[in-house]
Formats: sequence, C-alpha cells, structure tokens
Amino acid sequence: MLILKLLFLNIWRNRMRSLLTFIGLLVAVLAFGLLSTVVKAWYAGAEAASEARLITRSSISLIFPLPLNYGERIRGIDGVERMTYSRWFGGVYKDTRNFFPQFAVDPPTYFEIYPEYMLSDDERAAFYRDRRSAVVGRKLAQEHGFKVGDLVTLRGQIFPGQWEFLIAGIYDGKEEKTDTGKMYFHWAYLNEEVKKRNINRDADSVGVFITSVPDPSRAAEVGMAIDALFTNSPKETLTETEQAFQLGFVAMTEAIVVAIRAVSFVVILIIMAVMANTMSMTARERTPEYATLKALGFSPRFVAGLVFAESMLLAVLGGLTALVLTYPAAWAFQASTGNMFRHFAVSFDTSLMQLGAALATGLVAAVFPCIRAYRIRIVEGLRAI
Amino acid sequence: MIRIRHLGKSYRRGDQDVTVLDDLSLDVAQGAFLALMGPSGSGKSTLLNLIAGIDRPTKGSIEIDGLDIVNLSDSQLAAWRAENVGFIFQFYNLIPVLTAYENVELPLQLTTVPAAERKQRVEQALAQVGLSDRMGHRPNELSGGQQQRVAIARALITSPSLIVADEPTGDLDRVSGEEVLKMLQRLNTDQGKTILMVTHDPKAASYAGAMVHLDKGQLESQPAAA
Repeated sequence: MLILKLLFLNIWRNRMRSLLTFIGLLVAVLAFGLLSTVVKAWYAGAEAASEARLITRSSISLIFPLPLNYGERIRGIDGVERMTYSRWFGGVYKDTRNFFPQFAVDPPTYFEIYPEYMLSDDERAAFYRDRRSAVVGRKLAQEHGFKVGDLVTLRGQIFPGQWEFLIAGIYDGKEEKTDTGKMYFHWAYLNEEVKKRNINRDADSVGVFITSVPDPSRAAEVGMAIDALFTNSPKETLTETEQAFQLGFVAMTEAIVVAIRAVSFVVILIIMAVMANTMSMTARERTPEYATLKALGFSPRFVAGLVFAESMLLAVLGGLTALVLTYPAAWAFQASTGNMFRHFAVSFDTSLMQLGAALATGLVAAVFPCIRAYRIRIVEGLRAI
Repeated sequence: MIRIRHLGKSYRRGDQDVTVLDDLSLDVAQGAFLALMGPSGSGKSTLLNLIAGIDRPTKGSIEIDGLDIVNLSDSQLAAWRAENVGFIFQFYNLIPVLTAYENVELPLQLTTVPAAERKQRVEQALAQVGLSDRMGHRPNELSGGQQQRVAIARALITSPSLIVADEPTGDLDRVSGEEVLKMLQRLNTDQGKTILMVTHDPKAASYAGAMVHLDKGQLESQPAAA
C-alpha cells in the first residue's frame, strides 16, 4: 500500500509538468481517435455496401445516363436475381449547405433489393401509391424536422425548376451503419416531368442499374456478362460490386484520407517523444532517491518498476480520459460538419486502438528512464544533484 | 564483527587508474562506535560505502559477522543490506512526498513484518528520536535536525546490526548536530549498535568510542580511543 501511495504521489509531485503531460497525452489520444473515426466514416459507405449487389453504370463516366431499356436485358442474365435502377437528382433544399443525397428510383424493386431500408407497411403502401411522394431516412428527418405529410420543395440543379414532394414515410436502417440520410422518390415522376418541362436531360434514362446476385462468388462472372451485353454499343457499361463502386468515390479523395491517417499516427509519435522527455527529466531528478532506495535494499528491478509504473499510470489515466472524451468530441465534430458524414460513430476498434496508443506511449516513454534507474550505481546516484 | 583484509578500490579515469584505497586492513569489534577521519579525498567515504555494501572493492575481502560480502551477488547484497545495515546520509535522503512516518516505514516493505507490528515499530522508532508529534509531517515541514532524526529512525527500523553514517552532522547547525551525535552515542552505549561514522570534524569524532585516520587511501593508524 505504501508503495502504491508512493507511486500516486510521485505522479503529482511536479504538478505542472504532470498536468501538461497528461493534457498532451489526452489531446493526442483524443485526436488519434477522432481522426481514426473520420477515416472510418470516409469508408463507411463502402463498408455498408454489399458484395451481393452489382452497380452497372456508363463505362465513360457516372454522369452519363444509361437507357432504361437496358434493364430488361440485364434482368435476363443468368445469375441475376433482381434488378432495379436509380438516378441522381442533386437538388437543393433551401440552401446549398443543406446537402443531402436524393435519388429517383423505382420504389417496389428498389426497396426489394435494399431490405436494410425499413418502412412500415402503411408508409410503404402510401409511398408506392403516390407518384409525387418521397421517403426520407430517419437521420435526415431528424436533421431537418421532416414529418410524414410534410411538403418538401427542392430546387433542381441538374433538373432545373422547383420540385415538390410529399413525405410519405421515414425509413430506418436495419443496422447502425445503414445510411438513413437519403431521400428517395419516384423515377417515373422525374421522367414524366423531364419530358413535360422540356428539360434538356436524357429522358427514359437512369444513372445506374442495381442487380442482386444471390451467389456473391459469381459476382465477377455476372458483371462481365452484363457488360458483354452492351459491348460495342453507343453506351457501353461498367459493372462492379457495390463495394467497389463505393470505394471508387473514396479513391477520389484517397490522398486526403492517407494524410489524415498519417497525421493521426504522427500525433502519437509526437506525444511519445514528449512523454519520454518528461519521464527522463523525472528520472534524472530522482536519481538520489532511487539510489537511496537501492541502498535501503530495494532491488534495481523494483526501482525500475517504480519508473515504469509511473509512466504507465500516467498513460492509462490520460488514455482513458481521452477515450471517454472522444465520444462527445465525435458528436460535436459531426454536428459541425453537417451532412458530410452520414455515419459517424466511434467504433470499439477505434477505442481499443486509442488505449493501445496510450499504453504504447507509456511503454516507450519508460524505456530509457527504466534502464537508467536500473543501472544507476548507488554511490554515483547518492552524489547526483 | 567487521574484518577487512587487503582492501583496495580504484576507478578508471580515461586511460588512468585512480587508487582511492590501497591495501587496507582493519578490524572493528561488535558494539564499537568508530569514527573514520581524514582529509578530503582520503578514501573514508569510499571505505564506508564498501563496508555498507553499496560499492564493490577492486580487491580484498570484507567479512561482516563471518560473511564475506564481496562475493555476494547484487541481489544478495541488497537483501543483506536490507537486513543488516542502517544508513544515515549527510543530506538525510528522505523521500520528499512521504511523511516522517512513511519514510521510517519504507524499509519494512522489504520484510514480512505484519501491518500491526509495523505500526508499533515505526511509532517506537520515532518516539526514540523524539519525533512522535511530527509523524504526519513531510520532510519539507521539518528542520534539518528533525529530518536527520527521521533518517536515524529509518536506519533503526529493521534493527540492523550495523549503522553507517556519512557526515551525519555535515548539514546541521551546532545544536542539532550535537543532538544527533548524542543520539548515536546512546544507540551505541544503550543498544550496543555497531556504528561507523565518517566525519572530518574532530568534535564530532569525540562522540565516538574510537577513531581511525585515513590519508591517500591508507590507514595511518589502527583504531584508537576518540
């Protein structure tokens, strides 16, 4: 008990130094956790994506639509279980800062292929029934206060003009990682209005076809078969798994993600150096005490153990505090970035990594001071000032 | 009790060997209070350190109660020190974050003395040095003389057979210094403790029962009455 008391008292012996080191460690581990969460959120779309769904788009670019009539030919491919389609709308709700994804879809087939989007039977029926209706995800509804029955007006950018939609339902995600930040409405309504309003966008066209493949091991084979259908046509296709499709978006900003990842590790390296300096200074100052303990009969291993325990205790205290504070910090970060990250949550893996980083910091910081404390000769240590 | 034969200690400084003790032989009887005197650099502190087991000689033997401590391993020597040697340093070397009570209790962490007995022993030791009313004070709340008395209590707590004191009054005023020396004298006469004390002060040495003089690493004389 006395030794434990000595350990705790030693940590706060030089309060300012210990406090600054504690804060530095806390900030570093918190930043590490937050940056790791940002990286994970960046990949969240890809992680939530299915390997059993294929996305077929224009081989030239995603911005070029594909003819709707491709759909029936795709449906006939061996290995395709279901087929649906969607088209990106890209409208503005009140202000460009209120960005959220909007897709024109074929509701019955779309929600069949995406069973993770859950609607009540009534809301589903209402949505299917009314061509001018839309459904929004729970998160999106909470952000903007959307309720069933609300009329939402979007200002079209790709499809100019004002577009009104009646909220027929609010869908929930089956899993926590399911994106509930989107809006879906009828493709048929969009297509009708494109023609009626003479909007200069390809009518009877879709952005992507989505197919479900019950046997994921056949995904590549089915994808190639789909693309083979349209080889040498004016609008050739590129089919890939949904996961690869999502990763394609991430790849566009991969440099940023790599930089963020690198910074998160650099931050930990910096605090390792800072804490190693703190522990070295501490050990140097206490050389006469360590020599006294050795003179009294405490072993070199014990003395080194005191140094090690002090370093690890400081690391654990800082690490655990940072871990706890990461959650409110992540909440504040997401609130400040608006709709940038649909799914932004500190994962268990991230928390473990934070703890690991804190422990590694304590360990590295203790190495040289421990060796010094172990090796110091009693006579030399007693003479040290 | 202490039998030293042909003891030598050298240090390597660059490419030179510096001899601090040279072929020293000395006997110290059980219950002696011996002052080691000599000018600065004579090797008296080095001799004390070697006898206390906190340094290793380059040659020779040191037998204490029949045990040649030179041949002990580091861990064996540490264990031997914990049981047999009480230290009193010139600058007290108390742990600043611990109270007087806790500083005195510290050596007992190396023993199997149960908690209740520890409490009794610590209180007794502090009473012996007249600091019962200062048990909860940290070193920075005590005077130099009081700190040295705490150090004496710490040195006695494991009932060692040998007490080594390196300039115990070097950092104290005259009055405090005399108090400490009288205390050491009492420990020797009343409890029969064997005490080795390094000092350059003849007045301090007069409290000892005998003294030896060292110069240039050699004994000028065998123990004579102080």
